[in-house]
Amino acid sequence: MLIMLAVVLLTVMVMALARALLGPSIYDRILAVNLFGTKTVLLIAVMGFLFGRPDFLDIALVYALINFISIIGVLRYFEYSDSKRIEGEP
Amino acid sequence: MELLLDLISAVCFILGALLILSGGVGILRFPDFFTRMHAAGITETLATSLILIGLMLIAGWGLVLFKLVLILLFILLTSPTASHALAKSALHGKLKPILHNEHSK
Repeated sequence: MLIMLAVVLLTVMVMALARALLGPSIYDRILAVNLFGTKTVLLIAVMGFLFGRPDFLDIALVYALINFISIIGVLRYFEYSDSKRIEGEP
Repeated sequence: MELLLDLISAVCFILGALLILSGGVGILRFPDFFTRMHAAGITETLATSLILIGLMLIAGWGLVLFKLVLILLFILLTSPTASHALAKSALHGKLKPILHNEHSK
């Protein structure tokens, strides 16, 4: 059962990578990377259960933390990068 | 009792796997960025919590269950926030959602 879950997770990660490559706009790519990150968290947790290693869950938790911070960091960069307009505008 | 837990966790896994696959297909086939965000949002919150609940049922009482609860809590807190920030900056970046269906005659 867990192996089936790992295979499903891997296929969805491949789909997310496909969207990251195809994505017309920057935000599609960020969305795909975000989806990829959360699926990696799940994959690490499932792998921890498959190999009988409870310490994988710490890695999954840290990965979830880092994934969130990186998404917010990238968004913070892209939010005002194309600011041709005057700075005063909201 | 043990069999019951395994059965429920198996059902959770199957539902989670189906939801993740539907979200994955949705993120590929939807026409617009904001609709793709909806598809990604489904997989990020509902499917993740289903699978983590399934893992919790297998894990039983103990430290592993506590770590899984922490992971679930953290993902449920952060992924909506990340999606909101993404949508806000997308709207900020002049990305217009398709409101009216221009394909229809």
